[in-house]
Amino acid sequence: MPFWSGMAVPAPIRAAQESKLAVISVRDVRKIYRAADQEVVALDGVSLEVEPGDYVAIMGPSGSGKSTLMNIIGCLDQPTSGEYILDGRDTSGLNDDQLAEVRNQNIGFVFQAFNLLPRMSALENVELPLLYRGVRNRTELARRALAMVGLEHRLGHQPNQLSGGQQQRVAIARALVAEPSIVLADEPTGNLDSRVGEEILDIFRNLNEAHGITVVFVTHDEKVAAHTRRVIHMQDGRIVTHSEAVEAPYEPPAWSQEAALLRAAAQAERYRAGATP
Amino acid sequence: MTPAAATRVAVRGLLSHKLRSALTMMGIVIGIAAVIVMVSMGNAAQEQITHQIQNLGSNLLLVTPGNVKSAGVNLGEGAAATLNYGDARAVAAEAPAVAAVSPVVTTRATASYLNQNTVTTINGVVPAFLPVRNFQIDQGRFLGQDDVDNATKVAVLGASVERTLFNGAGPMLGASIRINQQSFQVIGVLAAKGGSGFLNQDDQVFIPLTTAQRRLFRTPLSSINQMVLQATDSSTMDQAASQARAVLRERHHLPASRADDFTIESQHDVLNTASTLTGIMTIFLGTIASISLLVGGIGIMNIMLVSVTERTREIGIRKAVGAKRRDILAQFVAEAVALCVLGGAGGIIIGVGICQIIGRLSIGDLSLAPIISPSSVAMALGVSLAIGLFFGIYPARHASRLHPIEALRYE
Repeated sequence: MPFWSGMAVPAPIRAAQESKLAVISVRDVRKIYRAADQEVVALDGVSLEVEPGDYVAIMGPSGSGKSTLMNIIGCLDQPTSGEYILDGRDTSGLNDDQLAEVRNQNIGFVFQAFNLLPRMSALENVELPLLYRGVRNRTELARRALAMVGLEHRLGHQPNQLSGGQQQRVAIARALVAEPSIVLADEPTGNLDSRVGEEILDIFRNLNEAHGITVVFVTHDEKVAAHTRRVIHMQDGRIVTHSEAVEAPYEPPAWSQEAALLRAAAQAERYRAGATP
Repeated sequence: MTPAAATRVAVRGLLSHKLRSALTMMGIVIGIAAVIVMVSMGNAAQEQITHQIQNLGSNLLLVTPGNVKSAGVNLGEGAAATLNYGDARAVAAEAPAVAAVSPVVTTRATASYLNQNTVTTINGVVPAFLPVRNFQIDQGRFLGQDDVDNATKVAVLGASVERTLFNGAGPMLGASIRINQQSFQVIGVLAAKGGSGFLNQDDQVFIPLTTAQRRLFRTPLSSINQMVLQATDSSTMDQAASQARAVLRERHHLPASRADDFTIESQHDVLNTASTLTGIMTIFLGTIASISLLVGGIGIMNIMLVSVTERTREIGIRKAVGAKRRDILAQFVAEAVALCVLGGAGGIIIGVGICQIIGRLSIGDLSLAPIISPSSVAMALGVSLAIGLFFGIYPARHASRLHPIEALRYE
């Protein structure tokens, strides 16, 4: 049972979903870093729209600007110029605290290195965003979020008592618990072996398909990209191609031979379509 | 984040580094304990000295020969032999505001009985000594005017001298003791008055003034070391002082152009001087103890800075999930304050414990029961809170200003 099934969808999200307004709207964003007398153009006029319920991967080699783009989409950083509207709210000109509030309310992060707080139980880690929002029934909500990722029996475990896959599931629960507009996953399978990585991706897919949660991956892993419906390729600070991934309505267990075949087929399909360079 | 939530987060943070938190706290524990012990000792000394000065008697004026400001040369009190028994009798007779006069000559001498002996203070006094100095007779009688007039060789013992010489053995009244190789008959023993060290008022022997002058000192002109005047009332102290001054100037034939050749001090003056001295001592001890508190505070700041650096990633994670600057600030300030307040509480417990132990110890007959004032305990807690805030705010500000991306990337 999804933990928010009984709850009303927040008004802005509902409005966005009904009108199909983009939840992420990036327009001509540039990001220039100044280091010593040099200017490094990390993003060179990026425009991008992500609709509610979308399931997107941003791909590109290191240095392509995808991390910078993720930081801006995640409101961890501000663009040098351009416009970023997140869930109908213009984020330009917000100060640190306002950005923190936007992150708290609209964005759920999943990191490659899990980034759980050590010496705190899974439950406490998941409660963290609610703590900063000032929600009262934190334990209740955190428990439901952990149940969604299948960790209802590991509530009291600390990160060092959990496997990598379990830690990442705690991180996903933390990203979900505050009902964000988008979940931003930065190489979520990067620190996991491929079998566990597939499990994690299945969780994301389930969240997207069953609960309509918008997920944006940032990755250079083809396997992750293959899971998504849409792949955005970046290079040298620009978006080079958008590609609609093949619809894959049936996804067998990721570690099965069948799945491997299907993935290979899908990859071949995309390759033929010229998606990957 | 509510203050309660910030406190919970802070306590969790401290508990996750128990040993480090405990060691950091030690600085504050020791500092606060030291301040409490030192201030309590100072208070005790002040209290004891004040008590003993008041115990000397009430409404007293002390007249000593010489004048500290005489002709611009600091002679020191008692430097000149300008007071004599005649002066004392004249003041008693001619100053109406003076109720009684107790002239005293004093020396240190050995008193012995059989094979027991003790070095003690021998005072030559008159009968007025007893009421003026507020002593009570325990056994026998005090010196009478006859004894003074006839310079008889009788002695009244202070309680501790009696204890030392007779040690509870035999009838001491009528016994013959020797003072500087001369025999004196014991006629009475005074009730114990308490006090310790140089302020022990029971370690004294009293003999007639005239006997002391002729037999022990052989001083010329029957001079005395001091006289204690008792005013009729606490409101007539000033009057008594000026009347006595007039009588003495008259008797010493001092023209108006010359300064007094004696000094009159009231008990209050002595009390104030003593209070000032012990107050300075208390402040001095407290200041030294405060230095350890300051060092403890710097220790807190140091550890908090280390902690912030070490937990950069944690700060990044907290910021990523929506912690605002003030949330991070509150967390780290709360940690520092919790350290200091817990340390302060520990310091109070240890300080009070040390005071209790000191109160039960006595070195020789000097014992000092420290006086812990509630205000000093409250102040100790307040100071530790302030130290936590003062030394915690810089590291906490540093933490709150970290950029989330850089903090997340920190290894």
